[in-house]
Amino acid sequence: MTEIASPAGGEASLPLTGELPELAAVPWRPRVDEQALRRADRLWTLSTVAHEVPFLLTAAALPLLNAIMIPVGVVALAFAWVIPELYAARGAGVLREPATARGGAAAAEDRALGLLADLVGHDARGLLTSTGLVLEPGRLGVWLVGPAGALLVRPGGRRVECYCVRATGDELPRSDRVAHLLLALRADERGFATVANLTFSGARWRLRRRLRPAARTGLAAAAAAAR
Amino acid sequence: MSRLIRLDQTGRTVLAEWSHDDPAGADAARAALATELERGYLAVASGRGGEATAVRELPPDAELVILRRPIAGG
Repeated sequence: MTEIASPAGGEASLPLTGELPELAAVPWRPRVDEQALRRADRLWTLSTVAHEVPFLLTAAALPLLNAIMIPVGVVALAFAWVIPELYAARGAGVLREPATARGGAAAAEDRALGLLADLVGHDARGLLTSTGLVLEPGRLGVWLVGPAGALLVRPGGRRVECYCVRATGDELPRSDRVAHLLLALRADERGFATVANLTFSGARWRLRRRLRPAARTGLAAAAAAAR
Repeated sequence: MSRLIRLDQTGRTVLAEWSHDDPAGADAARAALATELERGYLAVASGRGGEATAVRELPPDAELVILRRPIAGG
């Protein structure tokens, strides 16, 4: 067995307060709270608008100047459509199956899945069986946890945030990876959102189109729970 | 019966089991926990209701303590 590099910088720096020890690895990040999430949401929306408006104006103005510019306007419209889709695709990546999780011994995965099923409640167990994802209600919203990240469906169910985060080490079974994230999330939800990298914040419908079918099912369940 | 479990490449490994009237078993669990923390694992006490608490010592009333690896943003 190899030693595991502790992001907390060793035993002495591990907090006793219940906060995630991994927070010590990202001291520059302010601890996420409801206000910080709203601020991040606004920034993502402003960023999207800033990307969209120039292309939309170009698409509208050029054909008015000269009909020959219509193809350029169409290209500008395409850019206006593609850019937010690319961001959504990046966000959807947090629920893709990591390559290292596809292989592995079946027995190890069975054991890991058994423990994970024990950890989740009866309601979430059905979704876990059908999608491999765990639904976890929190204070910030409803979480959908996969092996390489998690979605946070905000109260109301219309807005989603995608967090890329994973357990260190490549050889873990898939369900163990989910269990790692679930335990960290349950121990310190705000700390979890702080340690994880935010890859997308936006409309649920935009993200949904970029998800694999099982993840869509999970997203629908999370949205229903968030309403 | 309380258990100390490590999440690892085998799915899970039970490192120790003990009960309230088994001080030797609890001592063995404490020693195993300390060893794993030294190796960089992190401990979480998991409750029946789905709650979890990060711990560095063996809670006397914990039924399930799980050792996990650190997580990091991808």
